[in-house]
Amino acid sequence: MDKVIIAENLSLSYSNYEAIINQVSFSINSGSFVFITGASGSGKSTLLKSLYGALKPSQGSLVVGGIELRKISNSKLNFLRRHIGIVFQDYKLVKEWTIEKNIMLPLIINGYEKSVTQKQVDSLLKHVRLKHQAGKYPLELSGGEQQRVAMARALSHNPILILADEPTGNLDDYSSQLIWNLLEGAHTQLKTTVIVVTHHIPPSMNVEFKHFHIEYGRIHEVN
Amino acid sequence: MKSIKNHLSLIVALLSILFSIQVFIVVDRAINAYKEGLTSSYSIIVVSQKSIENATILDFNPLIGSATELTTDNVIKRLNTNMNNKNIELLKLSLPKFYKLQLKHYPSPDEIQALTKDILSRPSVTKVEDFAHNHDKIYKLLLLFKGVVSIFSVSIFVVTTLLIFKELRIWQFKHSERMNIMGLFGAPVWLRSAVLFRLAIVDAVISSFLAFGVFTYISINEFVIQQFSNIGISIVIFDRIEDFVLLFSVAIFLSILLAMLIVLGHKEEV
Repeated sequence: MDKVIIAENLSLSYSNYEAIINQVSFSINSGSFVFITGASGSGKSTLLKSLYGALKPSQGSLVVGGIELRKISNSKLNFLRRHIGIVFQDYKLVKEWTIEKNIMLPLIINGYEKSVTQKQVDSLLKHVRLKHQAGKYPLELSGGEQQRVAMARALSHNPILILADEPTGNLDDYSSQLIWNLLEGAHTQLKTTVIVVTHHIPPSMNVEFKHFHIEYGRIHEVN
Repeated sequence: MKSIKNHLSLIVALLSILFSIQVFIVVDRAINAYKEGLTSSYSIIVVSQKSIENATILDFNPLIGSATELTTDNVIKRLNTNMNNKNIELLKLSLPKFYKLQLKHYPSPDEIQALTKDILSRPSVTKVEDFAHNHDKIYKLLLLFKGVVSIFSVSIFVVTTLLIFKELRIWQFKHSERMNIMGLFGAPVWLRSAVLFRLAIVDAVISSFLAFGVFTYISINEFVIQQFSNIGISIVIFDRIEDFVLLFSVAIFLSILLAMLIVLGHKEEV
């Protein structure tokens, strides 16, 4: 099976501070569903940031989708990010855009035609049960609805990899379940690799998943 | 409302830059027109022992535009009461020759000095009257006026450019969240900053056309035209093609340059 992520002796740190992730090695198969857990400040989000190139490895190597991230150029990083869907705990939606336009963003960046874009957005809005809110702005929606928009945006361009940073951290049970269903759906129907950073793995997961735990800057697989 | 306010602050700043440029252009044109007028009324008198050919005088210095020999008849008329014609002719022969030189353009004091020296070095030339004293006063006054206007224009240009830069910095803070989000999904720099460039260009276009309207009105205003004609100057206050193209280019160039500096200075949040 192809490896979508390969980390070897990977260390991550901010500027010249002490390494948060210290010489870890792991790999993730393409099409797998992975949870990364750990205590607050353990480095889960830092590791996730490194996977989309927001933080470059201070040591070791990190290959995502066949691209080495340690000395990646800006154009190559943009290329990689165009094939990744990211979901954040704080949604990161553009406030001055309608939710329809927010979902369109990756499609516009990837240069899809307008007709394709509109069709895909309509289908996703139906999927996340927000068709009736298409013309609204993010701040007019509840937290759960905003996160569903962020999910739709992450799925819109059929990415090879979805990275989710505590996607249900601020949500009620109903919205959380919807988000987990969407992530499971992307994994089973689209065979997308899904990596979720979270404090708690939901008990009702319907897919097979791998579980990595981070502690004291080291990562280990939990069976 | 807030958006209009943001636009207005950049438009007003750009407008003041365009205004300072146009004021400088108008003053430069007015001074050149005044200098042209002075050129026609300014002349140098050359006294020579022998008659000099017109072509030879023109060869003295490239600044000399024309030379006219001054007649001595008026001087002789005053003396001819008791003189016979033969003596008058003899006197005419013994008198030096006077030439009035017109110059091609209004000279600087250095040019006058060099010209005087040049003419005096020619054989038979005994004296050159350049009226340098009067000339210097007018010339220095013109230079002072031009200098003051230049300093004024440059100051406005610098201050408003800094204001624009500050304004665009505010825009950057306002747009940085969107730029970061777009970056997370792989948008290239030009796409992330497209809004910033669009706003800067739209404001540059609006301010250029506002400047066009204001200067067109000023250029056809009777009062303004009257003020220029009162001091004997006739100039084009605003050339609707040439000047507009210049102002438009400056506005576009400046806004794109500043937007570009801000985009290059933008750092992605980690």
